[in-house]
Amino acid sequence: MSGKESGYLDMELLRFTTAGSVDDGKSTLIGRLLFDSKAIFEDQMEAIEKASLRSGGEDVNLALLTDGLKAEREQGITIDVAYRYFATPKRKFIIADTPGHIQYTRNMVTGASTANAAIILVDARHGVLEQTRRHTYIASLLQIPHIIICVNKMDLVDYKQEVFEEIKSDVEAISSKLSVKDVRYVPISALVGDNVVDRSKNMDWYEGPTLMYLLENLHIGSDINRDDFRMPVQYVIRPQSKDYPDYRGYGGRIMSGSLNVGDTVKVLPSGFTSKVKTIDLFTESLQKAFAPQSVSVQLEDDIDISRGDMLVKETNGHEPIVSQDIDVMLCWFNERKMIPGGKYTLRQTSAEMRCMIKSVDYKMNINTLENDPDDLEVNMNDIVRVKLRTTKPLFYDSYNVNRNTGSLVLIDETTNETVAAGMIV
Amino acid sequence: MDKYQINHLKELEAESIFVIREVAAQFENPVMLFSGGKDSIVMFHLARKAFWPAKVPFPLMHIDTGHNFPETIKYRDDLMEKTGARCIVKYVQDTIDQGKAVEETGVNASRNKIQTITLLDAIEQEKFDAAMGGGRRDEEKARAKERFFSHRDEFGQWDPKNQRPELWNLFNGKKNMGEHFRVFPISNWTEMDVWQYIYMEEIELPSLYFTHKREVFQRDGVWMAKAPFMQLKEGEKLEMRDVRCRTIGDVTCTGVTLSTANNLQDIIQEVAATRVTERGGRADDKRSESAMEDRKREGYF
Repeated sequence: MSGKESGYLDMELLRFTTAGSVDDGKSTLIGRLLFDSKAIFEDQMEAIEKASLRSGGEDVNLALLTDGLKAEREQGITIDVAYRYFATPKRKFIIADTPGHIQYTRNMVTGASTANAAIILVDARHGVLEQTRRHTYIASLLQIPHIIICVNKMDLVDYKQEVFEEIKSDVEAISSKLSVKDVRYVPISALVGDNVVDRSKNMDWYEGPTLMYLLENLHIGSDINRDDFRMPVQYVIRPQSKDYPDYRGYGGRIMSGSLNVGDTVKVLPSGFTSKVKTIDLFTESLQKAFAPQSVSVQLEDDIDISRGDMLVKETNGHEPIVSQDIDVMLCWFNERKMIPGGKYTLRQTSAEMRCMIKSVDYKMNINTLENDPDDLEVNMNDIVRVKLRTTKPLFYDSYNVNRNTGSLVLIDETTNETVAAGMIV
Repeated sequence: MDKYQINHLKELEAESIFVIREVAAQFENPVMLFSGGKDSIVMFHLARKAFWPAKVPFPLMHIDTGHNFPETIKYRDDLMEKTGARCIVKYVQDTIDQGKAVEETGVNASRNKIQTITLLDAIEQEKFDAAMGGGRRDEEKARAKERFFSHRDEFGQWDPKNQRPELWNLFNGKKNMGEHFRVFPISNWTEMDVWQYIYMEEIELPSLYFTHKREVFQRDGVWMAKAPFMQLKEGEKLEMRDVRCRTIGDVTCTGVTLSTANNLQDIIQEVAATRVTERGGRADDKRSESAMEDRKREGYF
């Protein structure tokens, strides 16, 4: 049997993030997904068994699978984003496993930034807590296309339908205030395995799909913006060799939309237009390319283009906005608080420039989901709305329309650390 | 999958090409580490794709422990000749001869730890500001938290608690003088992805990855290859078996697998059915539960 025939090569990639606190059973759920999809190997299992015994536990602790660093294993908490992988014949999955404590909002934002889906765990015994609200809010702020609310530990509430329904309507009350597109609810027990991979025999009242079925079948084809062609130029490819004396390719990853040979593209910021001569991917010459492919594009005309410029196509009147003044939802990541009026390096697509924080409009109270216009001191894990002024024009789309061209990070000019993530309003 | 979607391997490829181009654009003097193992072979293949039809705009570097399978060295030299790429070779033996490291002794002696010194020395000497490695997050639990762009201080050390957040497609390679970055373009690939990709792209591999007859012995449940610098412990005896490598590293710490797989389809089948991780065959990770994390902090690959 060949790989090609067996379908191994025809899988989709789905990235999801998991949020929940220490006691929600998040690590157990991931352990369960890996275990039931046979992504855990014998030697890993052996190492976990040994470690469980050492830390005094009686049963094998599936959570130890996801706790990577020494300090975490000692303290029993997850302190950083960890990436996990498993595959079914249909899809390959990348899990960004993020801790759920309040001080680690930045980790959830990080994990959420590339996710197609978010799994938010709610303990059936405790119902919707502050952190459920926080996680749902972050998922909506980061525009994760699909949200799956897993009501966990159903075994501890006698698998009662009322418990599930009540939590569901509580979450619906929150999500109705937020911009979330697709929310699903699944009653599970990660520990026992109910409705994770296999259907539960304990909850006949639930007619929906299992968690694994959802992960395998969520429609992710339109998670990426398919309409507006945007390709930031990353690297100019000029071989200047005997075989390719005049080749001048613009290397980049298509962030959204698609491109055909012969299409007219506009170059930002210069505004010049030209036609696409070739689209290359190694020795393959393509007629058409689309997000998220990395390609090299040659144009008919000789235009001065360099890193930081962007190739775009105008579709239905949609073109990137060009401006030096932008409104941004900012999540602050650093222990050093934000300096009002401070200058930072701003990075968006392949462009880099300096910017100044002109004003803070309000801070988001992510527990009550209310804006606070009075508390304007910005500390680690705070989410605020700010006005930025850049040293040169930025070309962008609103984050809600395009996650790849509407996102930015701020870098501290003295420590070089990434201090904030921003979503352009 | 509709016509505007690509399969998981093509998506991983696009991501890795993006990361490699980002390195070439953000750093002045990057280098790509090359061991002759399948992961670095795939990484180099992706680098060729990233800049085609131009040549790869940075050199490769092999840290040679001197404990190689001869097949690896031949493969490396042939590949460089075929692609016109430049490969710098640094020898762990030189580090030992210069008195910068003392060779381990005993039957479990390995140069695995010393090669970190050779690597850091080379980065300093050649003034590399970014070193790309073929590490994957699925290999080991400490790697699961590694960033694509991993910042190292002036001692080459990794501080896992102070990693830069990495969001969307935005990578921050800014650093102070004397500091450098490790970059892992194939972070998101699994062992299975690597094999499927090699199959899809028809990438040539060293013969060691396919079944062959070899004199081997068993140590701590792992099959090890006979080599001039390997000492046998009491009770260990050599046998001739059909084996292949799942990873290629230093002979002293890389186990071989009993296998009769002689083509890529068979290997993919074997990987799909296998119940032990590929690093399970590596003695260097078995030294303690946090062995990998400790080595990474010091500046290991």
